[in-house]
Amino acid sequence: MNYVALKMLFGDRAKYLMLLCGLTFAVMLIVQQGSIFWGLMIWSQSSVSNLNVPIWVTDPGIAQVDEVKPIADTAVDRVRSVPGVEWAVPLYKGLLRARLSNGDYHQITLTGLESSTLIGRPAEVLEGRFEDILQPDAVVLDQWAVERMGGPAIIKIGTIFELNDKLARVVAIAKTQKSFTNIPVVYTTYERALRYVPRERRTLSYVLAKAKDTLPVAEVTRRIQEQTGLGAFTADDFGWKTIGWILKNTGIGINFGTTIFLGFIVGMAIAGQTFYLFTVENLRQFGALKAMGASTFTLARMILLQAFTVGLTGYGLGIGLATAFGFLTARSGGLPFAETWQLLVLVLMALLAICAFSALISIIKLARLEPAVVFR
Amino acid sequence: MDHSTEQQAPSAAVSLRGIVKSFGTGDTKVTVLRGIDLDIYLGEILLLVGESGGGKTTLLSAIAGILDIDDGAIDVLGVPLSQLSAAKRTTFRGQAMGFIYQQFNLLPALTAAENVAVPLLIQKIGRAEAVQRARVLLDRVGLGDRAEFLPKNLSGGQQQRVAIARALVNEPRLLICDEPTAALDGPNGQKVMELLREVGRAPDRCVVIVTHDSRIFHFGDRMANLTDGRIVSIESIAREGTA
Repeated sequence: MNYVALKMLFGDRAKYLMLLCGLTFAVMLIVQQGSIFWGLMIWSQSSVSNLNVPIWVTDPGIAQVDEVKPIADTAVDRVRSVPGVEWAVPLYKGLLRARLSNGDYHQITLTGLESSTLIGRPAEVLEGRFEDILQPDAVVLDQWAVERMGGPAIIKIGTIFELNDKLARVVAIAKTQKSFTNIPVVYTTYERALRYVPRERRTLSYVLAKAKDTLPVAEVTRRIQEQTGLGAFTADDFGWKTIGWILKNTGIGINFGTTIFLGFIVGMAIAGQTFYLFTVENLRQFGALKAMGASTFTLARMILLQAFTVGLTGYGLGIGLATAFGFLTARSGGLPFAETWQLLVLVLMALLAICAFSALISIIKLARLEPAVVFR
Repeated sequence: MDHSTEQQAPSAAVSLRGIVKSFGTGDTKVTVLRGIDLDIYLGEILLLVGESGGGKTTLLSAIAGILDIDDGAIDVLGVPLSQLSAAKRTTFRGQAMGFIYQQFNLLPALTAAENVAVPLLIQKIGRAEAVQRARVLLDRVGLGDRAEFLPKNLSGGQQQRVAIARALVNEPRLLICDEPTAALDGPNGQKVMELLREVGRAPDRCVVIVTHDSRIFHFGDRMANLTDGRIVSIESIAREGTA
């Protein structure tokens, strides 16, 4: 009877297309909004992911990665002395204003890396050589800095600008994950970063560390916390802590959550109503099938097959459209868009729930259907 | 066929005893069948006639086992239908009965051959075999060249012929017809009844037809008149060449 069910579904072309459009729209809306939401969350913890180090140590009261709470310079040695720590290096991170030769000012995030190892450097360089950062007055910009500070005509290798009245010369452009605030990132050495910024009593932003390979990162992180009294986080935990802070302190979670929920409700309403109408209008046909010996179970199976066929088709189309949208808008990096398999599984489950709901109300109608309806 | 004398009467294929059926409760309760006793025999065509609201369709639904009765006993082909569960009645219906409806009730998305094959598909017979058998039946009802037509591309008479083929494809021993000519004009109604008599009638099958259409009364063997929930008369229908 599967064949009959599918022919009934595809035979009523108008209703089939309406069902398909409703489900496609719902899936597209949920995937698109979910992907943008998750893209934003990835951006929000890009300061952690761009540096790609396993352990972050800082003030225990820190809320998120971009909120710098300077700690004493001695923290580096204290962390190094914790058993299980393979290495620990200082990191400077702070906001500063850059003055271009054309007189424009731009706020930048200054990141100072330990000069002997350059631990925390971006993995990919688009132009120049990252190692040239060791030259006098040298800085490396991320590609978003080029975009924000005037474009490649103004910012290129060799460009000179001022940081707090001191010269900075661009020696390389690095590829990084865009940040939530989209503030340009300027990399330099730790020592030079301290020369750029005004004197403060405490200048160390973070200690970046790595556990010995024989020990779990979480265990070493716990030891650092216990023995130094500082806040120590694995990169994952710090990223999630930042995402949690963003969700709690901005309306992003509620805004996107509302849209995603509405997509779910709209999808369910359209699919449920259309499918119910489809069933009601075919009630005589279903009654005839029942009279001819089709059991309620057989009819329920037919309904489920119809619901899940149109549902999975809509799922494919919706994901295709959302992916095309993401490909067109996010390939330039202008829009956060992260379509993860976890999101697709979640949407699939939501869609199956919509289909099951739609099928259920039709099955209830059919279960109560007296085949005698065909004689009326 | 004459069942007027009890001594000559064969055992009934359908036996109804004391059938009572009401709808509604309290002040709105309406008793539609008020103690129906009726036997229908193999090889005969029984017409159920009577005024509208007299209970014909309700009785037909009860015989088909698609409507629960309040009281009485229904035996169909030796099976105590009124004692079976709804699920078992459904299975039995699929195996032993064929249906022809006033509104044809063909599935609009299926071709004529696929529509005829539906009862076989319900019985889990493979699609290729079911459609093959359906084509044979369509040939018998004169629609072999319309097998791939959708119902919307067939006339009313042709659709009813498809419905007849569908009703017969699983070789039922009880054929139940509800106003089979009501949606057809006179000539088409006559043709459909001729066909029904030609291909539907068989020694091991009985046919029950509910009808208002006096123009087709002569196609029956017996006629039961149902009025106000009671059978008020059962008469044999005289045919040309018979007494």
